Amino acid sequence: MNIHEHQAKEILRKYGVAVPRGQVAFTPEEAREAAESLGGDVFVVKAQIHAGGRGKAGGVKLAKSPEEVQELAAQMLGSKLVTHQTGPEGKVVQRVLIEEGVDIARELYLGIVLDRSVSKLVIMASTEGGVEIEKVAEEHPEAIFKEYVDPEIGLQPFQARRLAFKLGLTGNQVKNGVKFILALYRAYVESDASLAEINPLVVTGSGDVLALDAKMNFDDNALYRHPEIAEMRDTNEEDPLEVEASKYHLNYIKLDGNVGCMVNGAGLAMATMDIIKLAGGMPANFLDVGGGASVETVRNGFQILLSDPNVKAVLVNIFGGIVRCDRVARGIIEAAKSIDIRVPMVIRLAGTNAEEAAELLKNSGMNFEVASSLEEAAQKVVRLIQ
Amino acid sequence: MSIIVDENTRVVVQGITGKEGSFHAQQMIEYGTRVVAGVTPGKGGQKFNDTVPVFNTMEEAVRETGANVSVVFVPPAFAPDAIYEAADAGIETVVCITEGIPAMDMVKVYNYLQKTSTRLIGPNCPGVISPGKCKVGIMPGFIHREGTVGIISRSGTLTYEAVDQITKMGLGQSTCIGIGGDPVIGTRFIDALKLFKEDDETEAVVLIGEIGGTAEEEAAAWIKEHFNKPVVAFIAGQTAPPGKRMGHAGAIISGGKGTAAEKMKALRDAGITVVESPAVIGRTVAEVLGK
Repeated sequence: MNIHEHQAKEILRKYGVAVPRGQVAFTPEEAREAAESLGGDVFVVKAQIHAGGRGKAGGVKLAKSPEEVQELAAQMLGSKLVTHQTGPEGKVVQRVLIEEGVDIARELYLGIVLDRSVSKLVIMASTEGGVEIEKVAEEHPEAIFKEYVDPEIGLQPFQARRLAFKLGLTGNQVKNGVKFILALYRAYVESDASLAEINPLVVTGSGDVLALDAKMNFDDNALYRHPEIAEMRDTNEEDPLEVEASKYHLNYIKLDGNVGCMVNGAGLAMATMDIIKLAGGMPANFLDVGGGASVETVRNGFQILLSDPNVKAVLVNIFGGIVRCDRVARGIIEAAKSIDIRVPMVIRLAGTNAEEAAELLKNSGMNFEVASSLEEAAQKVVRLIQ
Repeated sequence: MSIIVDENTRVVVQGITGKEGSFHAQQMIEYGTRVVAGVTPGKGGQKFNDTVPVFNTMEEAVRETGANVSVVFVPPAFAPDAIYEAADAGIETVVCITEGIPAMDMVKVYNYLQKTSTRLIGPNCPGVISPGKCKVGIMPGFIHREGTVGIISRSGTLTYEAVDQITKMGLGQSTCIGIGGDPVIGTRFIDALKLFKEDDETEAVVLIGEIGGTAEEEAAAWIKEHFNKPVVAFIAGQTAPPGKRMGHAGAIISGGKGTAAEKMKALRDAGITVVESPAVIGRTVAEVLGK
């Protein structure tokens, strides 16, 4: 799960990670009030959307007075921000973060992520702050310093010190940097994050080390033990159909094509999308209805994928293993009768009682095309949209 | 031969009295697996289906029945504890079917198990089957057939699809391992390949990967150096968008890494036969085996 920058900073503050003082605002007036209560003579107005690259796209602006903060907030709120991560359609800004201005002496990078190839957390630090870490990794891999964490003992202070020195911190900065790194690690572990990225991490003129920006993602599997984080979900940042599908506990992801698909199992669902493309079509979605493919999930699945106006035909691909295909077929027929299906549908059921299932579908009186192999199914559905 | 499980495997089902556990314990028994024990804390002394003894602890189950492989059907919040208990009882291989275990919990489990002799398969996987001998998991037994093709896969139903194609070509499988769709898993492609390398019966291996992580790239490099048997690979998610979790917790392209294209290239560069279409896995295996 993704959250906004201001939410990430709230979490980090709780763990003692140094962040600039700031306040979120949903209206221009709130933005001015936030600036007034912060005080000082430089403010930063930051658009809050779930995408990187906001600075370059005009989503981060400096202001010299609360009045200017209000003006900038008025421009940003309700406008569309297009960054390299939002896609050409952009994202509407619905909240802004107002922060105190910071006297930046150096910009660094700090991140924590799970390194899957060793199954350990890795702390990554770099002197190349403000740049995408993937770019640094490609062009200057020597500029990235790493510390792997033994989960039994956790991140040790010596590891944080080693990073601080490699980052070139001196004097008081070292102490502040070590404290920052250890606190960030604790925030990551205790909140079950899946990513924490501080880019840039700044060293101020007075030697403070703080998170100028903060990005945190969380492990969906662990949200059950963090209700306060689960509540931070902002459904405005997600595709409305995906939000709807999540209410039914369906794994649905909207794509740009016109062939809707419904499959049991994530791997087979991806493979089905792939074969649609190979056959000359484009998948409209990813939809995994789970191994069992019950009537209930099939009905909800149809409803979600048919809500996408781009869908011109549907491919259902179910591998019935433990669950019998004839039962799945009856479920599909029942579900299809209860909703208005206005597009042609190709159904391929494989596994237990597949032949019986095909007969049921053919004799159902519904507008189903039946296929026996994956290849045949993909070719049939693509022919239907051409 | 086969790897990990065979006709001598003695299975204990952790969570045997739960809905999933009891259903699949029954399926495994019907397949011919020697299910010798079940464990559900507080239900010790009962019998599952009047035949299989249920114990309170893994220690007792192993001592009383000589079980050497366990299969875990307990909910995600309790699954790590079940794995630790199995390792403590000296189980050789733990197969964890449970989906939804937090990644931080699995980091601890994985690193702990490195210090023991217990192998973990999964979590979030369909299990392991050596056709005709032993099934430890939730896969449909009847689509399999005894044979010489080894399968290693991050997926569930997609593996069944591949198995079904291979069986319909008149071929069979030595052992099929679902290694699981999570970011932290106990047995990776390379671990399974090492076992298939030593297995005389296995003549070829099918590797089914998907987007996310770099396990396929690592496997490709290892195969190039150490593996002489033919390998056919398919990577699911060639059309998956970046930044989206495709059902499996581990199936996500992040920071531009973990794309199907990269994985397919790495595998091809290592001399592996990579198929673009999931529909031709069986046919291609038959071709590389000259059958």
